[in-house]
Amino acid sequence: MKSISELQKIREKVLSEVNLRQDRQDGIRIVVGMATCGIAAGARPVMQEFISEISKRNLLNVKVIQTGCIGMCRLEPIVEVYVPGQEKVTYVKMTPDKVARIVSEHIVNGKVVDEYTVGAQS
Amino acid sequence: MKDLSLHILDIIQNSIKAESTLIEVEISEDTKEDLLTITIKDNGRGMDEELLKKVLDPFVTTRTTRKVGLGLSLFKASCEQAEGSLTVDSVLGKATIVYAKLKHSHIDRKPIGDIASTMALAISSNENIDFIYKHKVDGNEFLLDTREIKKELDGVSVALPEVTCWIKDYIEEGIKNINGGNDL
Ligand SMILES: Nc1ncnc2c1ncn2[C@@H]1O[C@H](COP(=O)(O)OP(=O)(O)OP(=O)(O)O)[C@@H](O)[C@H]1O
Ligand SMILES: [Mg+2]
Repeated sequence: MKSISELQKIREKVLSEVNLRQDRQDGIRIVVGMATCGIAAGARPVMQEFISEISKRNLLNVKVIQTGCIGMCRLEPIVEVYVPGQEKVTYVKMTPDKVARIVSEHIVNGKVVDEYTVGAQS
Repeated sequence: MKDLSLHILDIIQNSIKAESTLIEVEISEDTKEDLLTITIKDNGRGMDEELLKKVLDPFVTTRTTRKVGLGLSLFKASCEQAEGSLTVDSVLGKATIVYAKLKHSHIDRKPIGDIASTMALAISSNENIDFIYKHKVDGNEFLLDTREIKKELDGVSVALPEVTCWIKDYIEEGIKNINGGNDL
């Protein structure tokens, strides 16, 4: 049986890692469109997959956030990646199986996955 | 929408947009009465009577990125296809309640789906909003209150991916427990 006291362990682990680490990925934001159009097109499992992948790789300072309608409903699910100091990258028609590649190539290694971007898919 | 948990996520987005600070989601499954009800209640900005009257019409929206608002009317259609109904009640400046009722055993009743994911993502994406999630199956009840979770985390953010994953697992297990050991 899980109990909320388990959160103590997560808390201690997080606090012990904080400050000790400065990763190249710090400050990156992954923004998922979660309006009706995005949700209907499958945005939730995409967001869930990003969070699982970020958690697995222990990328402490990458944030996964939601936003409303990005205004290109037919290209949903849409994910925008903001890397500090760089131009925003927009990935469209996202699926959970595209997530691992974006995390390893773009988030971790800094190389945009061109074939999933709005330029290549629209 | 493929399942009810996606509708719920979508309705929660309305509550978030309305600047709520507390959002309560309750799912109640009563197999004796053959009834599934879903209540989503928030303390956001609410709607005036005029908007409330037309809110189930897909051509009504206050959004600016497109001309139709789909969320509530799609949910209503999903309820009606399972011999159910959807009602929206609101007090301007105070609260909004969306109440959905469906026939539990209806062949066209959409499955509840991955409600654990819906709640975990809503919670972690909105650190400043508290959520209460209640799920009843016949006599049994599971309850999650993010105020207790935040107290336990004591300053560590619910937005951390690891916390999100934990919340999701916690809800999944809780639902299994009230559902005779079965997933939904
Ligand atoms: N909880 C709420 N509090 C205040 N206003 C609400 C709430 N829910 C809905 N509304 C109002 O009702 C309108 C219609 O909602 P609905 O979900 O059907 O469409 P939408 O949110 O505008 O667009 P979509 O859901 O397609 O992204 C909203 O634009 C908003 O003005
Ligand atoms: Mg909506």
